[in-house]
Amino acid sequence: MYLNLLAIDLFLLAEKAVLILIVISVSLLVAMYETWGERKVAAFMQDRRGPNRAGPGGLFQPLADGLKLFAKEEIIPTSSNRLLFILGPGLAMLTAMMTSAVVPWSSHFNMFGRHVSMQIADVNIGILYIFGVVSMGVYGVMIGGWASNNKFSLLAAVRGASQIISYELAMGLSIISLLMVTGSLSLRTIVEQQHIGHYYILLQPLGFLIFLVCSFAECNRTPFDLSEADNELNMGFHLEYSSMKLGFYLFSEYVNVFISSAVMATLYFGGFDIPFVNSTWLADHWGQNALAGLQIVSFFVKIVAFIFFFMWVRWTIPRFRYDQLMNLGWKIMIPLALINMVVTGFIVLLHLYGWR
Amino acid sequence: MGITQVLFWFLSIMAILSAILVVISKNPVHSVLWLIVVFVAISGHYILLNAQFLAIVNLIVYAGAIMVLFLFVFMLMNLNSETEPQKNRWLKIAGVIAGGALLLVMVAALKRADLKTQVAQMNTGDIGLIHNLGMALFHDYVIPFEISSVLFLSAMVGVVVIGKKD
Repeated sequence: MYLNLLAIDLFLLAEKAVLILIVISVSLLVAMYETWGERKVAAFMQDRRGPNRAGPGGLFQPLADGLKLFAKEEIIPTSSNRLLFILGPGLAMLTAMMTSAVVPWSSHFNMFGRHVSMQIADVNIGILYIFGVVSMGVYGVMIGGWASNNKFSLLAAVRGASQIISYELAMGLSIISLLMVTGSLSLRTIVEQQHIGHYYILLQPLGFLIFLVCSFAECNRTPFDLSEADNELNMGFHLEYSSMKLGFYLFSEYVNVFISSAVMATLYFGGFDIPFVNSTWLADHWGQNALAGLQIVSFFVKIVAFIFFFMWVRWTIPRFRYDQLMNLGWKIMIPLALINMVVTGFIVLLHLYGWR
Repeated sequence: MGITQVLFWFLSIMAILSAILVVISKNPVHSVLWLIVVFVAISGHYILLNAQFLAIVNLIVYAGAIMVLFLFVFMLMNLNSETEPQKNRWLKIAGVIAGGALLLVMVAALKRADLKTQVAQMNTGDIGLIHNLGMALFHDYVIPFEISSVLFLSAMVGVVVIGKKD
């Protein structure tokens, strides 16, 4: 009854809803095939064949795994906190999905006489939004580990959460030096600046390295997967989980890998920019829609390269010990990020005001 | 009733309900989780006031960092209603009287305050946007800002000194 009084552009609402639906299903699809890719990459590194039974090259393996996880018996331990036990994996998945809202996937399409932007929300605090959501991601791990009412789960959850908090600091500091260069927090503006000028990897190589290491830690990936170190903690914070709740935890890790690859490509590798191609020329000659389509392809090539890098590292570098992890985070990463910040600030000011 | 008003009522009810649940929850871990919901609701209010930066910093710092530390402590101490020592009855009565007195003072102060002319500006004003906030903090109020950062630094040094003591 109030609906006609709510001053909302219904077309905009529909457009955004469709975009959200597409982004979420693509994230899930990519996450699904990341599990397949990970096993193939592992097999390649260890001179094996990997999954090759279901479909050509084992391509249907993720479907079979998903079906298995859905069909398994769901066990909720009697001594656990029932509500929080269910909330944990849901929260992990929710926060993994929410991050994708500010990533610009491409420039824009011209469809149905409308200017359809390929970004769900261009807020002027884009990067900080990602940080906010990532910092809420800790709760999925903590609540799940605590609600299981199991000592190993709790230990793993505390480990995981303290790791994420520690590396968030260095990540934030490395972002600050990038922000000094860009002067904007909006991801779209950052990408557009890289279209005109250099990719920010050239201006911020150290910052990128710190960001990369920290995003490994944030995603709980090897060499930082201390919260699921199975030789020390049985299985980690999801020890008591079974069926699709376990699936959500495993899946949210892969969604996180996908989104952080997208964020790294956006911040340091030009986002949806097509390298060595003049995009205004392309838009004039081939049309805006073709350009936007090609930009999506270019962006996904960059993302897949990063995802491969994640897997490459996982099967190359062994796990850190916990004290090594904390030393690396607090005594190497944070001072390095601070030095990077001071040097960047100095150079930016020098650039603004000259030598005198 | 515009969308802003709908959101305002929703967020307000969410904030007040979860604040009440923070107080009446038996399990301290539940209290902390409800407190996080309160922070999320308050961040929503900041966004309604067009203070996006404040909203997201509130989420990152309070909900994302400080509450995790609270949760750490509660989870490791394993506090619950069984191990909680029963308080003295006189202590309870004293608490009720003190809390009631505080409520009385606050209600009295709010009744005297001039609320009609000072309405919050929803969705307008741009002081909360990051550019203007940065200008205000580092241009107009740079000395108070720096002094408060020194205060934080001294607190951190103090923590390290206490932590080093064996």
